[in-house]
Amino acid sequence: MPTTVIKGGRVIDSTGDRVADVVVGGDGRIAAVGPDLSGDSVLDAGGCVVSPGLVDLHSHLRQPGQEEAETIETGARAAALGGYTCILAMPNTIPAIDHAGIVREVLELGRTAPCDVHTSGAITVGRKGDQLAPLGEMAALGVRFFTDDGAGVADARLMRRAMEYASGLPNGVILAQHCEDPVLASGGHMHEGEWSARLGIPGQPAEAEELMVMRDLALARLTGTRVHFQHLSTARSIEMVRLAKATGLPVTCEVTTHHFTLTHAECASYDPVFKVNPPLRTDADVAAVRAGLADGSIDCIATDHAPHTQEAKEAAFDQAPPGMLGLETALALALTELDLPIAQVLARLSWQPARILGVDDEHGLPVAPGHAANLVVIDPTATWTVDPATFASRSRNSPYAGRALTGRVRHTLLHGEPVVIDGEAQR
Amino acid sequence: MKHLLSMADLDRADIEQLHRLTDSFAEVSKRSIPKVPALRGKNVVWLFYEDSTRTRLSFEQAAKRLSADTMTFSVGSSSVKKGESLRDTVLTIEAMGVDAIVVRHGSAGVPWQIARWLDDRVHVGNAGDGWHEHPTQALLDSYTIREERGALDGMHIGIVGDVKHSRVARSDVLAYTALGAEVTLVAPPTLLPPSLEGWPVKVSHHLDDVLPSLDVVGLLRMQQERMTEHLVPSLREYTARYGLTLRRVDAMRHDALVMHPGPMNRGVEISAEVADLPRSVIIDQVRNGVATRMAVLFLLLGQGADKVLGPDDVTEPELQEVIG
Repeated sequence: MPTTVIKGGRVIDSTGDRVADVVVGGDGRIAAVGPDLSGDSVLDAGGCVVSPGLVDLHSHLRQPGQEEAETIETGARAAALGGYTCILAMPNTIPAIDHAGIVREVLELGRTAPCDVHTSGAITVGRKGDQLAPLGEMAALGVRFFTDDGAGVADARLMRRAMEYASGLPNGVILAQHCEDPVLASGGHMHEGEWSARLGIPGQPAEAEELMVMRDLALARLTGTRVHFQHLSTARSIEMVRLAKATGLPVTCEVTTHHFTLTHAECASYDPVFKVNPPLRTDADVAAVRAGLADGSIDCIATDHAPHTQEAKEAAFDQAPPGMLGLETALALALTELDLPIAQVLARLSWQPARILGVDDEHGLPVAPGHAANLVVIDPTATWTVDPATFASRSRNSPYAGRALTGRVRHTLLHGEPVVIDGEAQR
Repeated sequence: MKHLLSMADLDRADIEQLHRLTDSFAEVSKRSIPKVPALRGKNVVWLFYEDSTRTRLSFEQAAKRLSADTMTFSVGSSSVKKGESLRDTVLTIEAMGVDAIVVRHGSAGVPWQIARWLDDRVHVGNAGDGWHEHPTQALLDSYTIREERGALDGMHIGIVGDVKHSRVARSDVLAYTALGAEVTLVAPPTLLPPSLEGWPVKVSHHLDDVLPSLDVVGLLRMQQERMTEHLVPSLREYTARYGLTLRRVDAMRHDALVMHPGPMNRGVEISAEVADLPRSVIIDQVRNGVATRMAVLFLLLGQGADKVLGPDDVTEPELQEVIG
């Protein structure tokens, strides 16, 4: 079987940092790691970092139901170009991913994609928040991550029961929450504060998120079950999770790239490309997100990749749907904007989310012989300018158009197959 | 002036220039034939996504007195009902060859989006966007105060009522403070914006405390639906605490003005007797609205159109040439 050698790179994984070539065997596994190796074909990694592939816990792939905005295939291609080898589909499709039939469809569509596609399942039927979805039936198909993302589970009793029930399912499933009190947040289209007041745009207070974080921490204590907080965006949310972890509660959390790079002041343009949920917050919140990433209170960076068509985003600010693209910019934004060693950035983009999702038998593994060859080769000094017109995503709603970034994906290998070579998608 | 989007884009000199122009157009309005050919051949479209009688009629009257041609895009009977997007509507209107679009929309920011989509090729006037701004109202309000009492410098102006949801309040605050007045917002905390950071205003929750020191009391319309949002317990309680009644007028300075952008809820934010007092200049506001909008349309489309707005942009001889 033909082998590929990744030559001249610096290997960074959860075990450390060393200069080594990596030989990938035809079986999709790493065959050898060391100096001066050779193979049938060569991928140049001179000046580059070789890392386990990135893992995204938060991708809206829009299939089924909104294929005009994204499909599993286009989303997976965008992911591969962004350095991801594993993405997790969110369940707010039309219909929602809330039973075995849709789970099968999504997994089937993902099988031929240039990135491993896992799917989450909804916690409640239709994500409506009033009846427990068949978690066991979905778990039997391999679903390990449940959320009503796009909305939180507002009913505390239902959430408690979901947590208790999930703890009895095999394979250690995890419940995740989009924290937003729907009544307190009702009618809000941006962060409530100085800018919403000035711009005349109805706001939603930070407390709408924090109330549900607080409640779910209480439920985690009550039930002793793991909970993962999705896209936390406020300083107090992060502080609560920090304290909860210190007291030993089994909680994890993610933040998005836009919550450490953009603030609510962007909404002054009234451009709905800056409308997102949770909304862009204050400078102090951005600083807290960065601090949480630095001190490890925040486990991982997720994209909340949320494609929308041009026509959907050409509405008035308060009528446009929330969401921004993320898969093709997340790594570069993290490398450019975070004042962290690259190993820490990669930990939060690769092996930490892999562990949370429970895919750490195939993703985020140390670069060592015998391990699945899900790898990304990153040129950390390459500079480029974001141009959404060049994206593989079917949508263009990136708030970063025109922004200069440093750090770019050179190659991505999925189970040994180079799906991205020199920044070009191979399929 | 390219667009009139926000009072924040106008400084004191700009506002004073507009007021002087308004003086001239007020004079035109008093003539036996109140019409000048200043905007002959110019075409203005009223793009009103929200019901509005007074503002649209006022703009219409202003445009007619300047001899502009006007078209009304009425949402109720249009392609919007067939699902046309805002952007397509705007591009369609532009393609028909218009010089200015005056827009009112229930969503904040729409005038900015329109200006961006049209790449600034067409002048855009903001006739009210959501809770955000209503700049011509602020121009006519400040003009009315100036007409009645002279310069606003050092005046104390109270804006009373539902500031949170009021585009009039946001524009008035900018205009009044730019002209040197001190502004106090008077409302229960539920009817104030969630943050007043950066607003050059004082705040009071007690009308009776503030009333004796005010030169102008600007009332805002209190809407019935605020009850269902738990913002005030009842209109009765609102009126008891914030309604301008004859009893409260006794506490006002003898020369203090009463203003209201209309439409009034007599018996709620203002009692019928107060609305009809000589100190109430509500009808003058409406009258001045026409001359103000003439000045705005003239600066958008007339001789001042190609210039950056400034006090010397339209010289007296130029103006005389236009208005005869």
